[in-house]
Amino acid sequence: MSQNKKKKSTNNHSSLPKTPTGILGLDEITGGGLPTGRPTLVAGAAGCGKTLMSLEFLVKGALEYKEPGVFVAFEEQAAELAVNVASLGFDLHQLQKDNMIRLDQVHIEKSEIEETGEYNLDGLFIRMGYAIDSIGAKRVVVDTIENLFSGLNNQAILRAELRRLFHWLKEKKVTAIITAERGDGILTRQGLEEYISDCVILLDHRIINQISTRRLRVVKYRGSFHGTNEYPFLIDDDGISVLPVTSLTLEKEVSTGRISSGIPALDQMIGGRGFFKGSSILISGAAGTGKTSLAAYFANQTCNDGKKCIYFAFEESPNQIVRNMKSINIDLDKHIKKGLLQIHASRPTLYGLEMHLVSIYKLIRSLKPEVVILDPITNLVTVGSVGEVKAMLIRLTDFLQDEQITVMFTALTLNTSVTEQTDESISSLVDTWILVRDIEFNGERNRGMYIMKSRGMKHSNQVREFIITDKGLDLVEVYLGPEGVLTGSAREAQKVKEQTGRVLHDYAITAKDREVNRKRKVLEAKISSLQTEFESVEEELNKIYLQEALKKDVMEKTRQEITRIRKGEIDSASKPQTK
Amino acid sequence: MIKKESVPLSDMINDETGGPVFVLRLFITGASPNSTRAISNLKKICEEHLKNQYDLEIIDVYQQPLTAEHEQLIALPLLIKKAPGMEKRLIGDMSNKQKVLKGLGIE
Repeated sequence: MSQNKKKKSTNNHSSLPKTPTGILGLDEITGGGLPTGRPTLVAGAAGCGKTLMSLEFLVKGALEYKEPGVFVAFEEQAAELAVNVASLGFDLHQLQKDNMIRLDQVHIEKSEIEETGEYNLDGLFIRMGYAIDSIGAKRVVVDTIENLFSGLNNQAILRAELRRLFHWLKEKKVTAIITAERGDGILTRQGLEEYISDCVILLDHRIINQISTRRLRVVKYRGSFHGTNEYPFLIDDDGISVLPVTSLTLEKEVSTGRISSGIPALDQMIGGRGFFKGSSILISGAAGTGKTSLAAYFANQTCNDGKKCIYFAFEESPNQIVRNMKSINIDLDKHIKKGLLQIHASRPTLYGLEMHLVSIYKLIRSLKPEVVILDPITNLVTVGSVGEVKAMLIRLTDFLQDEQITVMFTALTLNTSVTEQTDESISSLVDTWILVRDIEFNGERNRGMYIMKSRGMKHSNQVREFIITDKGLDLVEVYLGPEGVLTGSAREAQKVKEQTGRVLHDYAITAKDREVNRKRKVLEAKISSLQTEFESVEEELNKIYLQEALKKDVMEKTRQEITRIRKGEIDSASKPQTK
Repeated sequence: MIKKESVPLSDMINDETGGPVFVLRLFITGASPNSTRAISNLKKICEEHLKNQYDLEIIDVYQQPLTAEHEQLIALPLLIKKAPGMEKRLIGDMSNKQKVLKGLGIE
């Protein structure tokens, strides 16, 4: 029969009709709900929430989809059931009065029963048939029909009758949930999955590190695609919420709008206009590097812009954060009073990851902020394994991106290794990753900041020094000197050193100039003295020369005179002179 | 439909014979094979062992579906022994005579 139905539906190219459960997240995983008009098996160990899930299916059906439902309880007393679910805000009495829900408690006690031959379960059929018809039920829950096996001996009859029951439910065209206990190695203790094979959902309850997490898995869903993963779910005041790990697709609206980080210099590093709206930002760094301050700055800026922000603190109390941030000139208190900022502090160990996630979901849904800050996510590892934290953060970022909410995580890196991987290894999830790190040098620690990545925007590759003063945060360029990157007082010292150097240098240059001048002058003086010396020597030489000439002249004259005098003849006297 | 010998239930006092009155109710589903077998088997047993000591009411659940919930019916046919003593439920077509007698507390 189901075969025929399927053929028909494929021929019409219409998908399998589905009945929404109204359970948060479950309809998403199953692609719309449980198969309409067919029984679904919900299996799980004791305390997994089978009864609650099936009851919520009925209550939500009655309240939200106006589909009456019948609850056939083999386990709990009808009255107890009503009390048990009253804590979840389900008013079963009222619903029963309104003929939207009918409870039928089936009591079976082995000690009271003697089997005397062939029998069948017509009594159950008649009861259920009557209950369904009396309110026109579209939904039926049979809570742990396996109890029949403990009440009745004849397995052959029981199995045949169960098969008949599930067929009968299909004929009745009711969407049914059959719950069953988890068996050893098999899905259900009595192998009910043999009879109900259209849709099988498995619930599980695991305790890891003393913290329990419930999980749900759609084992099988004939004629429909479904999420195959294990999805954590939780039970709280609003009933069951299943949290799909990721939305099955990666088709999200993206925004090109920007949102300022609150620090102009940081905005400058990421293209000048801040983060993308709806993006996710990770700030990681060692302890005391100013992650919370950065986050608070961002929150402050958001509130100054008149937008709402939720700050989830896992380390400090709200008052502590407000007080501490005052020291860096941020007044968060006024934003809180205005209602723009909410700080929610809880110890990670307060409850499991899923509870954290759901409480975050709920707050976000109610306040509808533009910015969400989680500070720090590292602490969540104390409640779950790294993988779980990652899965949770994936779900959270998915959800936030869908809602176009910008999220900032801070993460503590425990080791300052070069890889700089965050412990939650969510760095691949985030759009912008800012690293704040210690630069320990010269007997002091300074903070350096750089952008590891920033998707879709031009970002600086420079390390900036990140200074926290009582006036606030600021980024300064680190000093890149011959001795490497200098920060803090080393940077200042280097600056001073350079300045003195320059002055000294200038002084040295002028001194040298003067020296040269002086030398020149000395030389010039020497040159002129030599010149005069030379002139005097020359004069001396000339003088001798002239004296010689004069002497010669005079001697000639004298000789001629003598000759003339001796010979008495000027002519003859002059002849030898010419010879 | 196949109702017989309906006597007020509360009358579970001694008969003239001095023995206890067996107040029995048999729930059946129409004229199904199990039901008819159950009726004939039970009647035979009663006539053999409880002659004039029993009050048997046969109820067709199809006719009175509400009783199914009130009486916590699951498996049918079902015989409920209301009296004497503890209430006892016997299911099946009553073909196992030993078990029926044991269930009724006769042997």
